[in-house]
Amino acid sequence: MTPITHHLSDALLDAYVTGNLDHPFAVVVAAHLSLCDSCRARAEAAEMLGGALLDRIAPAPVSPGAQDRLLAALDHAPPPPRPITGSGIFPAPVMQALGGQPPKWRMLGGGIRQQILSAGADGALRLLYIPAGRAVPEHSHGGLELTLVLQGSFADSQGRFGRGDVEIAQDDLDHQPVAGSGAPCICLAATDAPLRFRAMIPRLLQPLFRI
Amino acid sequence: MPAETAPQTDPTQWLLAVRDHRDRAAFLLLFQYFAPRLKGMLMRGGLRDGSAEDVVQDVMLAVWHKAAQFDPHRAEASAWIYRIARNRRIDLARRKPPPEPEILAEPEDTEPDAAQILALGQEAALLRSALGALAPDQARVLEQAYFEELPHSRISELTGIPLGTIKSRIRLGLERLRRDLNDLRQP
Repeated sequence: MTPITHHLSDALLDAYVTGNLDHPFAVVVAAHLSLCDSCRARAEAAEMLGGALLDRIAPAPVSPGAQDRLLAALDHAPPPPRPITGSGIFPAPVMQALGGQPPKWRMLGGGIRQQILSAGADGALRLLYIPAGRAVPEHSHGGLELTLVLQGSFADSQGRFGRGDVEIAQDDLDHQPVAGSGAPCICLAATDAPLRFRAMIPRLLQPLFRI
Repeated sequence: MPAETAPQTDPTQWLLAVRDHRDRAAFLLLFQYFAPRLKGMLMRGGLRDGSAEDVVQDVMLAVWHKAAQFDPHRAEASAWIYRIARNRRIDLARRKPPPEPEILAEPEDTEPDAAQILALGQEAALLRSALGALAPDQARVLEQAYFEELPHSRISELTGIPLGTIKSRIRLGLERLRRDLNDLRQP
């Protein structure tokens, strides 16, 4: 397997570790962390800083009964359900977003398929399936787009992206990704709030990107 | 290692006793150490007294139930518990659980690497003293980021503030973390 060459930025990692990243982007980051040891280590090092800050925070005394209530709960509270784990090309955070089921693709024309995993005021998250060698029509972004390759590859003006690589596209990037030859390219993509996004894309592309 | 930072490794020992022996006395020590700190963190994040205490209960229960996932080669107790509290806060605010990366589990029969655990503890102690040396307003930005919800416009400031010492400490720490992660994947 080709090593991962496109990694997360410090700003994205910091925002993820501190819980300040919106859900669609957090899923892409968590999925990349499942595949990339070096970013996983960066994230865990940043969590060490969170722990060090927790150690030195001014304590707020808890009420006298809290300890006894907790001890009683140890024997009665049911343990949390087992988390959904990864399956095939989909790491755990993607399987969680899929509800543990395989994707249910919707055809978009030109052999391109998608499944929207979440959409709301905090942005949208989708899986995209692009046949080998196929180009995604040129588009620009109304904000941040974060794309993680799960299978196959694509290339655009920013370079070549294979499994585990993440592309961080800001609003000023015009790009035309083309899927590599071989296996179909399957990507996980998070975009900013759909309203901002929709306003920026050509009418022609709305069937492709509409929520 | 400065004397005042040495006891910081104790919570990790307590958590290991909970993980390996379901040790309730050690769990009580964890509670007494972390519950007031978690409550302080959650109140900084905007929760009121009563609900902060409910969330502290949730977090400590999760510590008890998830202790088997704690890996002292890659985290200290405080970092691991910070992560659980952060996830619980996100879960409550968004009404959906935050995505978590794939769990990387050690094979059952792995012997703990005492040197690695010690080195991580030393890195963390250096990180703490670097943190203690920050100007108060720099520390405040970090606390805001880690304990409160930052408006989007401020997130980029996180990487802009002069944290040279801390960042280099983290980098040293992550070299070890990365090695360890590689070992986990290629046993």
